[in-house]
Amino acid sequence: MKYTPAKIKMWARMGQRGALFGVAMPDIAERKDHVKLLTADLTLLSGMERYAKKYPDKFLNVGIAEQNMIGVAAGLAMDGYCVFASTYASFIAVRSLEQVRQNLAHMRCNVKLVGSSAGTASAKSGISHWATEDLAFIRALPNLTVLSPADSLEAVKAAEWAADMEGPVYIRLSGGLSCPIVYKEDYDFVPGKLVELRAGEEVAVITTGLMVSESLQAAALLEERGISCAVYNMHTIKPIDKEGLREIFARFRLVVTVEEHMVTGGLGSAVAEFKATLPNTPRQVFLGFQDAFCEAGTQRYVWEQAGLTDAQIVEHIQKEWEREA
Amino acid sequence: MSGGSEKALHLTEMARRMRLDALDMALAAGGGGSHVGGSLSCIEILAVLYGEVLRMDPKNPLDVNRDRFIPSKNHCVLAHIPALAEAGFFPREEILEFQKNGGRLTGYPRRPEIGLEYSGGSLGMALSVGIGMALAAREQGRPSRIYILLGDGEMNEGSVWEAIQSAAHYGLDNLTAIIDRNRLSYDGDTEEVMGLDDLGAKMESFRWHVSQCDGHSTQALLEAFADQQAGRPHAIIAETVKGKGVSFIENRPEWHHHRLSQEEYEQARREVLGEAL
Repeated sequence: MKYTPAKIKMWARMGQRGALFGVAMPDIAERKDHVKLLTADLTLLSGMERYAKKYPDKFLNVGIAEQNMIGVAAGLAMDGYCVFASTYASFIAVRSLEQVRQNLAHMRCNVKLVGSSAGTASAKSGISHWATEDLAFIRALPNLTVLSPADSLEAVKAAEWAADMEGPVYIRLSGGLSCPIVYKEDYDFVPGKLVELRAGEEVAVITTGLMVSESLQAAALLEERGISCAVYNMHTIKPIDKEGLREIFARFRLVVTVEEHMVTGGLGSAVAEFKATLPNTPRQVFLGFQDAFCEAGTQRYVWEQAGLTDAQIVEHIQKEWEREA
Repeated sequence: MSGGSEKALHLTEMARRMRLDALDMALAAGGGGSHVGGSLSCIEILAVLYGEVLRMDPKNPLDVNRDRFIPSKNHCVLAHIPALAEAGFFPREEILEFQKNGGRLTGYPRRPEIGLEYSGGSLGMALSVGIGMALAAREQGRPSRIYILLGDGEMNEGSVWEAIQSAAHYGLDNLTAIIDRNRLSYDGDTEEVMGLDDLGAKMESFRWHVSQCDGHSTQALLEAFADQQAGRPHAIIAETVKGKGVSFIENRPEWHHHRLSQEEYEQARREVLGEAL
C-alpha cells in the first residue's frame, strides 16, 4: 500500500478506527486468504460496512456477546485463520479478559484484538465506555504484543504488521471520528522500537496514543519557555523497548510519561518497571488518570480533570523541571 | 449399563477399563485429591466418543480433517486421559503422570499432537471455541465434526448461552454439545444451587436439535450421537450419576474433588470389577 500525504490527511479525518477498518482491513482481506474480521454488533460504529459488503465471507458479526466473540475467534485461529476481532477496548480488555488470557495469552491463538475508543474517546458516554485500565490488564498477560498507535497512519501500519505476523496482538485505538496527524508522511513502523518525534536536551516525554500529539504541542510550548523537551512515541507497549529506554534514562535529567490511561499499570508503569532495574536514573513523573475516575463530558473536559491537556502538561513539566533545577 | 449391540458391549468394556484407570489416577494424585465425581459421570460418554464416534488417528494427530473433541468441563481429566490412552495417543503408563512436574499431561495444556485440543479448566469457554472450529470446518469443506463436553453446573455460566445462541444462528450442524447431566455441582444439587430445570427444552427453544439419553448406556449414547439433524447444532443431554460405579462416591457432592485412600481405592476397584458391593 502507498502512504501518500493526501491519504494520510484523509485517514486522519476517518480517525484511527475508521482508517483501520476502512483502509487497512480491506487491504489485508484483498492480499490474504483465510482472514476473518469479527465484530460484536459494532459494524456501523466501527466503519466496517464497506469491508462487510465487499468481503462477506471474511466477516462475522457475533452480536452483543464479546466473550463468545473471543472464543469463536480462537477456534477459527486454531484452524488456520488470521482473525481480527474488535469491540470497545473496555469490552475486550475488561469484560472478556479471561477469554483473552486463556485463548490468546496461554494458547497463543493467532487473534488480533482491536480495542476501539480506548482512553476516553467516548467521553460523554461515561466510564462504562472508557478504557483507562486496558493496558494494565492486557500488559500483564504473557505472549501478547501490545500496540498503541499515535495516529491513523500508525493504526493502519499496526494492523498491516499484525496481519503478517503469527501470534496474538492487542491494538489499542485512541480517539474518535478524527485523529490529529502525528506522521505527515510515510515512515518505517518498527514494532518494539520507540520513535523520537522531537529532539530535546533536558526533559524526555515518553507517550502513546492520542497523548503523542498533545505532548508534541506541549513540548513546542515548553521550548518557548526555555525548556528543551524531547518527545518519544511508545507505539509498542509490549514488548517494551529496553534499549531505547536505557538511552533515554542515560541522557535526560527528567523523564515524564503521558498516557490517556490510569497511571497504575499502563505506559508509565511499564517504563518504571524497566527503569527500576537501571542504576542512577533520573526521576520519572507519571501523567495520566491518577487512580480516579473523572466526570463524563467532552473529551477535553475529561482531560482537564486529569491534567492531560497540552497546556496542563506544560505546567506539570515546568513545575517538575524547576524542582530539578 | 444396558446391553445392546456388540459394539456397545465392547464400549462398556472399554468404559470399565477407563474407570479402573481413573481410580489409579485418583490414587496417584495422593493427598492433593482429584476431580473424581465429575470424571466418573462421563466415562461412558468418553468411551463412546473415543471408542467409536470420533474420527481421528493418533498416528496422524494433526490431520486437518480430524474430528475435534474439547472437554469444556475439564473436571473430567480422570476420564479424558484414560480415553486418550485407550485411543493410542500415549502409552497407558503415562496416565499416572498427569500431575507430575514437567509431565506433558500436567495441568491439561493444549497439545493437539497427543489429542489435547484445548487447555480448558475455566468453565464456559470451550463451546465458543468449538463454534469457531465448526465455522472453519464448514467453510473449508472439511468433514470434521466438533464435539464439546459440558458439565451441567457449567450451564450456569452466561458465556455458554452466548455460544448456544450463536451456534444455532449459524446453523452449525457439524457441532455436538454433550451435557453431562449429573445434577451435582461443587456445592451440591444443581437444582438447589442454581436451578437448571429442563435443559433439553431450553436448548430446543434456542433451535438446537436435542437428544436425551441415559449417559451410562453405551448403546443409548451411540444412538444419541447418531441422532443428528441437518441445519441445527446437536445437543445430547446425557443423564448421568456423579461418581458412577463406586457406591460411596455416587451422588456425594464432597467427591467433586477428593482424595482417594488406599482402602477406598481397593473397595472402589472391587466394585468396578463387579467383585463386591
